[in-house]
Order: sequence, then structure tokens, then C-alpha cells
Amino acid sequence: MTVATVGKTAIDPKVSSKQNLEVDQVQATVGSPLCENPKMSMRDVNVFYGDKQAIHNVSIDIAKHEVIAMIGPSGCGKSTFLRALNRMNDTVDGCRVEGEVQLDGENIYQQHLDVVELRARVGMVFQKPNPFPKSIFENIAYGPKIHGLADSRVDLDEIVESSLRRAGLWDEVKERLHQPGTGLSGGQQQRLCIARAIAVSPEVILMDEPCSALDPIATARIEELIEELSQNFTIAIVTHSMQQAARVSNRTAYFHLGKLIEVNPTEQVFTMPEHQLTEAYITGRFG
Amino acid sequence: MESSSLFLLMLSMAALAFYLGRGRSLAMAKPLGGIRHLHSLPSYYGLNAFLWCALPPLGILVCWLLFNEPLINSLVMSGLPEEIKPSSNADYNLLLNKISNIANGVMSSQGKPASVIAAADHMAGLRVMSRWGLTALCLILAMAGLFWGWRRVAADFRARQAVESVMENLLLGCACLAIFTTIGIVLSVLFESIQFFRSVPFFDFIFGLNWSPQTAIREDQVGSSGSFGAVPLFVGTLLVSAVAMFVAVPIGLMSAIYLAEYSSKSTRTYVKPALEVLAGIPTVVYGFFAALTVAPFLRNLGADFGLSVSSESALAAGVVMGVMIIPFISSLADDVITAVPQAMRDGSLAMGATHSETVRRVVIPAALPGIVGGIMLAISRAIGETMIVVMAAGLAAKLTANPLDSVTTVTVQIVTLLTGDQEFDSPKTLAAFALGLMLFTVTLLLNIFALHIVKKYREQYE
Amino acid sequence: MSKSMDNLHKIKNSLKRRSRAEARFRWYGRVAILIGLAAVLLLFADIIGKGHGAFKATYIKLEVHYDRDLLGVTSLADTAQLMEANWDAVPKAALRERFADVSGRRNKRQLYKLLSNGAGFDLKDHLLANPLLLDQTETLWILADDDIDTYYKSWLDGEPYAARLSNKQVQWIDQLHQQGQIRLQLNTNLLTRGDSREPEQAGIRGAVMGSLLTLLLTLMLSFPIGVAAAIYLEEFATKNRFTDFIEVNINNLAAVPSIIFGLLGLAVFINFFHVPRSVPIVGGLVLTLMTLPTVIITSRAAIKSVPPSIREAALGMGASKYQMVLHHVLPLALPGMLTGAIIGMAQALGETAPLLMIGMVAFIVDIPQGFTDPATVLPVQIFLWADSPERAFIEKTSAAIMVLLSFLLIMNISAVWLRKRLERRW
Repeated sequence: MTVATVGKTAIDPKVSSKQNLEVDQVQATVGSPLCENPKMSMRDVNVFYGDKQAIHNVSIDIAKHEVIAMIGPSGCGKSTFLRALNRMNDTVDGCRVEGEVQLDGENIYQQHLDVVELRARVGMVFQKPNPFPKSIFENIAYGPKIHGLADSRVDLDEIVESSLRRAGLWDEVKERLHQPGTGLSGGQQQRLCIARAIAVSPEVILMDEPCSALDPIATARIEELIEELSQNFTIAIVTHSMQQAARVSNRTAYFHLGKLIEVNPTEQVFTMPEHQLTEAYITGRFG
Repeated sequence: MESSSLFLLMLSMAALAFYLGRGRSLAMAKPLGGIRHLHSLPSYYGLNAFLWCALPPLGILVCWLLFNEPLINSLVMSGLPEEIKPSSNADYNLLLNKISNIANGVMSSQGKPASVIAAADHMAGLRVMSRWGLTALCLILAMAGLFWGWRRVAADFRARQAVESVMENLLLGCACLAIFTTIGIVLSVLFESIQFFRSVPFFDFIFGLNWSPQTAIREDQVGSSGSFGAVPLFVGTLLVSAVAMFVAVPIGLMSAIYLAEYSSKSTRTYVKPALEVLAGIPTVVYGFFAALTVAPFLRNLGADFGLSVSSESALAAGVVMGVMIIPFISSLADDVITAVPQAMRDGSLAMGATHSETVRRVVIPAALPGIVGGIMLAISRAIGETMIVVMAAGLAAKLTANPLDSVTTVTVQIVTLLTGDQEFDSPKTLAAFALGLMLFTVTLLLNIFALHIVKKYREQYE
Repeated sequence: MSKSMDNLHKIKNSLKRRSRAEARFRWYGRVAILIGLAAVLLLFADIIGKGHGAFKATYIKLEVHYDRDLLGVTSLADTAQLMEANWDAVPKAALRERFADVSGRRNKRQLYKLLSNGAGFDLKDHLLANPLLLDQTETLWILADDDIDTYYKSWLDGEPYAARLSNKQVQWIDQLHQQGQIRLQLNTNLLTRGDSREPEQAGIRGAVMGSLLTLLLTLMLSFPIGVAAAIYLEEFATKNRFTDFIEVNINNLAAVPSIIFGLLGLAVFINFFHVPRSVPIVGGLVLTLMTLPTVIITSRAAIKSVPPSIREAALGMGASKYQMVLHHVLPLALPGMLTGAIIGMAQALGETAPLLMIGMVAFIVDIPQGFTDPATVLPVQIFLWADSPERAFIEKTSAAIMVLLSFLLIMNISAVWLRKRLERRW
């Protein structure tokens, strides 16, 4: 467990806000970043793009079946951190990850680990919906096919239907499964991508600002979905919207310029943040 | 006066016009208080005069150069007395040449019939008259233009506009040259082909199975039956192109995939230009290589295996043609593959697909329209290729699907028919134009279709 | 939950097969690239291997008497005498002297075949250059006949090819070799002479000059017209159906097979306008039409790359559209246009088929001096030589290809260099 809390200090409006925002002074993460029997756990993770360091010494646990939101001003490394969890950073030239990231106690960055298996267990949904230029059915069936999860066509149909149902899309598309996935609306496409991700029955789902390209109605739909999904999956969601974090997550982690400042139960973060930086962010002093 | 000296004279007069026009504008500007009171810069006034002085005579000169000879020739030939008027095209050209040579003084007029000498004199006279007329007309037009351009100089005359509108039309003319070229190609090929189809019926040509283009040199020559069935040529062309595609598509596609998806940046910077070298090698070099190295090699190899490979096999020509086409397909495929957005690859990789699964199941299907378009363009290139097949493939038309045989193609026959010793109008040489028409039509359709597909594909991702 | 475990199990089972498939796929890619590179290397190795020998030819050392009586010449200044003189007598006499034991007409004929047919004229040039040699004796290396050359080179390589030689000739060559009187030395005929029926005399100078003249004409015509058309299409044309039609035409012309342009040239330029065959003018006209689409397309790309901000700045100062284009856009786009023009010229240099159609296929011996002299171009020369039966022409053809490829290499490298040098980063 980490260092003592800094305590809530009264912010003097006359004092220059810049002074209060010196990140270098932050030594360790505030709140409750760690937990018992985590699904995924990170210790002293540093991520570099070439010479530039994007993530500084982050340690955090993600519990089973929890929804943890990651918030922070843009450019503070939330997406980079998320992509470190399923080794998508491997696809970026010059990206280097140090530290330990464990899934169910096993370090995912060890030499012998096959990323293929990792990514089947830790799925991802991206900011901009990216359905394949195939039919809706083929989009969902892609994962099960390549991993060999369906033994027969009947199995495959079952998987596709159950994924679409769980993503709340089945009723809308059951009549047109063989039409192109790109023909759906933005919100439907994103739900399609979610359905696609759950078709391989992952254990963790990472979501990188899934609603930022969607309208409010579609956003609300997906937030409902997240709540339903959390019963069966562990979800880590990066979001730019604090309100969204407040609505969907159990715990919230606040990142600032690549450092993890505070992790606490969501309600606490938004009503009584422990760290002054967290408070400055949620009260809109910068962003 | 010689055309070249006339041209130079016109140019110098036009230069004079420029100088005078400009001078006048400067002179006009002085009392007004400076050139800013003129509508345009002085050089524009000069240019205006230059154009008025230069363009009309130059236009006349160009027309004269193009049409003078044909016109004089037809005048002389139609003025011939009935008894020596030539009956066939061959005789026409022969007589014309004779008259022309006598008129030039190249051939002596001794011993030639009086009517021929008279015609030659007629021709010589016409030529002299025509030249004088040209020189006079050009000089008059030039002086008139100079005068007019000079007179037009005035403070409020919009010289710049006038010059610029002439310029714009000149530019338009240059752009339209492309259209004229296409029209020229279509007309010339069509015209001669229509003449051909008068002697050989269209359907006999398209569907005929026998290609042996012999025609009588003299009216009474034995063995003058020629059949112009082009099907063996089409089959031969398709066979060689098929072999070429068989070589080029897998190699071109796989190397494009590897370079775009797997290779490191440094490998790419060195290997890509190295493969592009294949595109820069002239086809005559490939033909030489095919005829002197590849064909004997294949023949010997076949002999080792007990197969009889012709020394002018479709295989040899096809393989070398395929090698030539590799960079074509590779660079087109590379373009379309890199155009597939990274988001698509990320989506696939994030689900646990391997890189090759992503490429095979997501990237290539997404890039497929572009790749297909590229392949169609490559087929069009293969069909129209000439030198490799002229040097490495055979001359005898054979209807076969066996790449070890020797076949001939449409382009080979075009070359053979036109570089032989035949006069221009016989069906034999006209057949070349009919073949050219077929070639042009097919490649045009393929190109239009392919470019359409590639354009639609690009729109999808932009 | 158990579904998850089930799936995990299935996934683990599939891993091995899939990683093998991945490795295989990568290998296919590598193999494809290797085949492509191997083709390049093979081609170059073959051409260079066949051609490098052409720069050396076989010469035979003989003592030559410039005997005035033998020649039938009294004064070297009299051109009529020079034309009538029996130049062949001199090398023949030298041979008879060297191989004094040869008798009989047939044997003597074989003996004379040792030297090139043009040896007499070579000696004539030599004598006229050094008039004091008349009536003198000189020891010279004289060019051998191509059959001798082929045999000697193949013999030195270890695989003697004596098919066209008689046994006596082989013996004589052996004798000469023993006494060091036959050797390979640098032969400049390839680069300095025009075409000839005799391989040892044949050179590419005529073809190179013809190519140069034709390309010059092509450049002078296609560059201005192409740039003008590009400027019109990019800057002045309104977006209407007619402009689209022009663009479609240009794109199609760029992909039309080159032989069709040959047909066009034949039907229009030669038959209708009666432009003489086989001269650089008609070759230049045809090649202009062929390279015009390329020049237009690259020039358009160059113009497009000039940022709009420059145009707006010029227009904002009251410049007319023409002034803007002429003073601002054109200079900035010029490097790209020049690069495109060089690449177009490189393509035109290698073109053969259309020029065959318009007759630049004749046997031209004299070096063309102007645009209206009959000429041939280098690729056509290569084509003609490739058809010749003499084995010596294989060597010459390969050497000519080497020359052609080096021209192309220089042009492409200068295009790339020019582009790098004058590239601006906006």
C-alpha cells in the first residue's frame, strides 16, 4: 500500500494555479490503486516512444468484473497506457515498455507469450468504429473463425447471434446479417465492434474513448451496454468525458502527463478527490 | 524562298513589330506622365504587335507545309490526259513518283512519253507558283499585322487582355492535342480498317481460324489465296499474356505485401528501387534476353525432361514478359495496400489475429478492387507488348493452348505485315490496321474499366 | 465461464498451426522478392557477360608495305586516284609475305579471309593521315575478320568455336599465337563507327546520333506543349464535361500500346503528310505524341504541389492570372516538370516498336548530321543486330545494350538527383 494521503487542502484562488500543478512534486499515486486478486496488475510500468517517455512509473490493479475509468487531460498517456495492456504498442515502431504487466498472475511481456492468445483474452474497442468491409455476419464471425472456436456452421451462427444480442444489436440487424457492416449508423457500428470483440469471449475488454465519435443517444445506448457487460467482463475504459466516467465506472484513475495521480472509487473522485491535481481537473481549472 | 528562311524572316519581322509596338507605347506614355498611365505594361503592347505580325503568316506557312504537296500532286494527276491515267493504286504512285522525279531533275526526261514530260513541267510550274504565292502572302500578312499592331497602341487599349486571351487559346490548343491524337489514332486505324474489310469480310476476320496473309503481288500470281482469320492471333496473344500474368501476379503481389507489411524501412528503401529497375529496362533488351538466353535454356531443359519445347515458345516470351510486368503490379499493389487505413489492421490485430491472417483476411479483401484494377492494367500492357514477342515468339499462326509451342501474336503480325515489302494498299498491309483496331479497342476498354475500378476504390478510402 | 475456458483451450491448440502459417507467409514474400531481384541480376549478368568482350577485338600483327605500284597511286593529293586505288592489295600482300608457303587460289582466299574486309580502307585512312609512309614499310596491328575474332575469343575462353573456319585457318591462327602476332586489343569501332554488314566494323555511332537527334526533337516539342497543356488544365480550365473529356483522353493515351502510335505515324505523317520515312523528324513527331501524356501528367502533379498560399499572395497583389502562373507557379513547379521530362525522355529512348513502323529500320551506314538525314535509333539498331546470324553480332548487340542501359541509368539518376536537389519542403 502506498504513501499517506496528501489530504484536502483549501485551494487559494489568489495563488497562481500553475504553482499547484507541479507534477514533479508528485511522488506516488494517491488513493487505492491496488487491490486483492486483481484480474490485471501493473507494476512500475514505463512506456517510451523513442526517447520520449509517455508513461512514468505507473502501478495499478484492475479487479475482476469491475469497470475502471481512466480520465485526464488530452495527451496525458491514457490511450498509450491502455494499449500497453494488450500489447498493441508492439505495432508502433520505436515503442518500448518497461515494467511488469500481469494477466491472472502471468507477465504478458515475457518472451514466450503469444500475443495472439493475449489479445483473444484482452479485447479492444477503438475510438472510431472500424468495422471490416465485410458483412455484419462476417465481422462478428471473424474472431471465432481465425481462432477455431466454432466447430460447425451452427456453432458459428450461435456465437454470432449471442454476441449481437449481448451487444444489444440483434433486433436491429437480424434481418440484414449479410449486408455490409459499413452500412450501419455510427452508433450501430460501434456496437458492432463491441459485439465483434465479445464474440471471442475475452476476459477483459479495453475501450479507448468508445463514444467520442458518437451522438448522445448512441452514447447513452453504449453506456447501458457497458453496465450490462460488466456482469461478465472486466472493463477498462478511457474517457474524455468526466460525466461518462461518473456514470459507468466503479473506480476512476486520474492520469496527468503520464503519471498516475489518483485512483479511488468513482463517487469519491468526483465529490472528494484526494489530490489537488485531481480536484483542479474535475473542477475544470484546466483540461 | 525556302521554308526555313521564310520562317526566319517572319520571326524577324515579328521581332521588329514587338520593338516598334513597345517603342510606341513608351512614346505615348511620356506625355501622360509615365507608363503607369497606360493600361498595360509596354511589353504587352509589343507582344500584341508581335502576335498580330507572327501568327497569321505562321499559320499559313504550317498549312502550306502540310497541304501543298498533296494538293499539287492531285492537281497534276487529275490533269493528265485520259490515256495515261493510272488505273490501280500501284500505278498511280509509280507514275506520280516518276513525274515528281523528272520535275525535280533527279531523273532525266529523255525517252519519256510527251504527256509525262508535260505533266512534269506542269508540276514544276505549279511548285514555283505556289512558292511565290506563299512568300507574297506571308509578307503581306506580316506587314499588315505589324501595321495593325502598331496602330492599336493607345493608352486605353487593353493590350494585356488581348495577349492573354491569345495565350489562353494557345494553351487550350496544346491541351486539345491529346484529343486530336486520339481522334487521329481512331480515324487512321478505322479508315484503313474499313478499306480492309472491303476485301475481307469482318466476320471472316474475327472468327476465322486460318491466318496466312498472302496476297497476289501481280494479278496472275499463283497461290494468291490468303486467309485472314485472326483467331489464332488472338489465342496466341492470350496464351503469352496468360503465361506472363502467371509469373507476374504472384511475384508482384507477394513482394508488394512483404514490402508494405513486413519489411523494415531500410529494406524497403533499397529493395523497392531495385525492383523498379525492371520497369526501366527497354523491351528490346528483354526481347534479346528472351530470344538468346531464356528460349535456348528452356528448350534444353525441356529436352532433359523429354518434352519438346519449341525454340520460339510462348513460354519463353511469356516468362520474360512476366518479369517485365512484375514492377508494374508490385507498385500498384503497394499503393493500394498502404492506402488501407491502419484502423482496419488495428481492429483485426486487437482481436488476436496474426499478421498474416490480418493481411489475408482483412487487408487484401479491402484492397481487392484496386488490385484487380492494377492486374487489368497489367493485362492491357501484356497484350500490347511488341518487342519481346517479335524477338522471341514465332511467326506462324498456330491455334494451341500449349505454352511449349510457338505461337504468334497480334503485335508480331502488325510488325511483320508493315515492315515487309508490300505497297500500302494491299489487303496484307491493311490487315495490320485491322489488327491495330482490335488491339486499340481491347486495350482501351480494359484501361477504361480498370481506371474506373481504381478510382472508385480510391474514393472509398478518401 | 466454462465457455471462456473452453475457448481458451481451443485457442491454445490453434497457436502452433497459425504461427507456422505466419512463418510460411513471410517466406512466400521473401521468395517473391528474391526472385524479382534475381531476375534483375541475371539480366545484367547475362548482358554484361555477353557484351564486355565487344570492346576488345582481335588484331593481327603484320608488316605492311605501302607500295605505290601495288596501290596504283602516284600522288596522294589526287582524289580520283585515291578512289580508284587498290587498297586491298596492301593487306593481302602483307599476308602473303607472312605466310609465304601458302599457294593455290583456294588457300590464298582463305588466307585473305583472316583480315577484316575493311582492312584496306583502314590502311587508306592511316596512310592519308601519315602521307610520308608512302613506299615505306610499317609493322601494324590490323583488325581481324569477325569469324577469326569469334574463334580466337572462344579459344581463349577454353571453348573454341571453329565452325566457320577451315583447318588451315585454325593452324595459321595457332602459328600467329605462338609467335605473339595475334592479340586482343581495345577496339573503338563500336563507339566510333556507323553500322556495317561486317560485325568487326560495325558501330553504334550512327544509331546514337540518330537517337540524340530524335530525342532532341521530342524534347523540344513535347516539353513546351506538355507544360502548356498542364498549365491550362490545372489553372485555367473550368470543371466541365469538355475538360473531363480531355483528362480521360490523356489518361487513356498514357496506356495505349506504343505500336498503335507507330500505326498513327505511318497513316498520318508518312502517308498523308508525306513526311519522309526514316528521318529523325517523323521519329520525333511520333515519340512526342507518345511522351506527351507522361509529360502532362507529371507536370500537373508538379503544379498541384505548389501551395495555394503562393497563388493567393500573388493574386492578392493584383497580378493577373497569367502573371501569377508565369512568375510564381511555373518557377516553383519547374523542378518537378524537368524531372518528369527526363523520365519521359528515358522512356522514349528505349522505344522500338513505333519507330519500326515508320521505317527507321533501314540499314544506315552514314552518321546522320541533321534532322532530315536518314537515321536509325539505338534500340532499333539493337533489334536489327539481334536478328543477324553472325555470332559476333551477339557480342556487339550486348555491348550496344550496355551502352543503352548506361544512358538510361545516367538519365534516371540525374532525374532523381534533380528531384532531391530542388525539392522544397512546404
